[in-house]
Amino acid sequence: MLLYTLRRILYVTPVAIGVSIICFLLVHLAPGDPLTAVMPIDATAAQQAEMRQAYGFDRPLPIQYGIWLWKVLHGDLGNSIASGRPVLSEVSRAVGNSLILASVATLIGFTFGTFFGFVAGYFRDSPLDKAASALSVFGVSMPHYWLGIVLVIIFSAQLGWLPPTGAGPDGSGNWRPDTEHLRYIILPAITMSVIPMGIIARTVRALVADILSQEFVQALRAKGLGEWGVFKHVVTNAAPTALAVMGLQLGYLLGGSILIETVFAWPGTGFLLNAAIFQRDLPLLQGTILVLAMFFVMLNLLVDVLQTTLDPRIQRT
Amino acid sequence: MTAIADALIHAPTPKSRGYWASVAIRLSRDPVAMVALAVVLAIVLAAVFAPLIAPADPLKGSMIRRLRPIGFPGYPLGSDELGRDMLTRLIYGGRLSLFIGVTPVLCAFVIGSGIGIFAGYLGGWVNTMLMRVIDVFFAFPSVLLAIALSGALGAGILNSIVSLTIVFVPQIARVAESVTTQIRTRDYVEAARISGAGPITIVRVHVLGNVLGPIFVYSTSLISVSMILAAGLSFLGLGVKPPEPEWGLMLNTLRTAIYTQPMVAALPGVMIFLTSISFNLFSDGLRSAMEVRQ
Repeated sequence: MLLYTLRRILYVTPVAIGVSIICFLLVHLAPGDPLTAVMPIDATAAQQAEMRQAYGFDRPLPIQYGIWLWKVLHGDLGNSIASGRPVLSEVSRAVGNSLILASVATLIGFTFGTFFGFVAGYFRDSPLDKAASALSVFGVSMPHYWLGIVLVIIFSAQLGWLPPTGAGPDGSGNWRPDTEHLRYIILPAITMSVIPMGIIARTVRALVADILSQEFVQALRAKGLGEWGVFKHVVTNAAPTALAVMGLQLGYLLGGSILIETVFAWPGTGFLLNAAIFQRDLPLLQGTILVLAMFFVMLNLLVDVLQTTLDPRIQRT
Repeated sequence: MTAIADALIHAPTPKSRGYWASVAIRLSRDPVAMVALAVVLAIVLAAVFAPLIAPADPLKGSMIRRLRPIGFPGYPLGSDELGRDMLTRLIYGGRLSLFIGVTPVLCAFVIGSGIGIFAGYLGGWVNTMLMRVIDVFFAFPSVLLAIALSGALGAGILNSIVSLTIVFVPQIARVAESVTTQIRTRDYVEAARISGAGPITIVRVHVLGNVLGPIFVYSTSLISVSMILAAGLSFLGLGVKPPEPEWGLMLNTLRTAIYTQPMVAALPGVMIFLTSISFNLFSDGLRSAMEVRQ
């Protein structure tokens, strides 16, 4: 097991380096160089050259990458152009809010997704199965930002039950686990949960159907085990994969939260990205994406190792 | 003599259905896939013939008649925040929405299949290297990668298409590589190689015919995601620029109207949803029609 974990870590290292290269190059994808956006229009060529030199943009790319990586490894993601504050502190403030939203959404999605998946898998080809399958197609085809708007229209604009935007009554700020703040997380979390719900329902349905068709289930039934006992076996067998899918979905939601966070003005990383894009704050954009992508890589690693611990049959080579 | 030869040439050939013909027949017996296809075709045709069927000008509005409700005389689906006819803009909106949603998948299909088949056919270290690079792209959730790229490139239709293409190339390449690797080791490929066929001939005759089907089906399943993402980029202001009609952008600009005309404000999203779910259902139908071998 330890060997397997080490091997996975070894495998992840080049991926992580690749991710850092892509994030580094993001800034250079932008038209002009990263300084054009912030330089005053009337700056002379000499002043521009001076700035370029001061920021190291006159050096060859690989050297720039090396210097950048060295700083990143020491926790220095540069400073935001718009606010002047260190990118790392901006991101770490936002990432907590995003993580809470994504976790709640994953939990909702997982609960309903496994429920529908189990029902569909147990009663295959029944109307219940058809309904659950339809629901999961709806989930994956839904433009979730639109669902968010529809929910705001119904529950905020029409019924006035829940606040349409923000993370708390004090305007922006941070989300805290109390009843007042809880009202703010309901709509975005439900909106976000639709995607993992569909995917988890689909996975669990296939898993349950597959497990039920295996011989050991027949053997258990032949030995006189009741349906409840069989059910427990199905759960144990389906759990590792279902949990792995849930873990990955958390990563996807965290990385893909920008649209929903924009709709709900949720003060997380997505909102930060949105601001970075429109102020052409490239260091902030780069830093946020690096943190989110690295989180996703680590989450993948963790899920992989945990899944293999729970179910040693699926070791990846 | 010539009469017999003539008769032979013009004799009706015995009917034997090709693979694609039987796929089409099986697909035509799938009611869900057919309805989905009809919806997609209706939206595409409406977009293509927009100038002929749309009741008004998509860019001309009147501030006096802004935000009319659905069913208002002269405005069957209401009017938007600048008094433009919603029905017209939804019909015209299909043009850009479909274009920015489908083009990335088409481009990624060509590029991704190319990379995947190349890597899968060559195998060895070339394959390992290419697939390792592809793995790096999988370390990004697709939405994040799309937004990172278009955020860095800046707003615009071309940039949004480029970013989404880059998002889908690795996904298609991975599928293409895995099917090609399976085909490559088949006996008939081996036989072709022994009989002296060059790599280009083998790929053209034996590999392409067998791998393009699965890659194509996989690619069609991406159109739905691509539609949602492309409209999403426009929704964020990263794709199409105003005043062009595009569903994602319309959804964004109408957000100000959710208190006054909620139904009208939700309409562009209905179109995105309808298109996306139709592509999804059609792709599902296509997959099951192709999987059953005769």
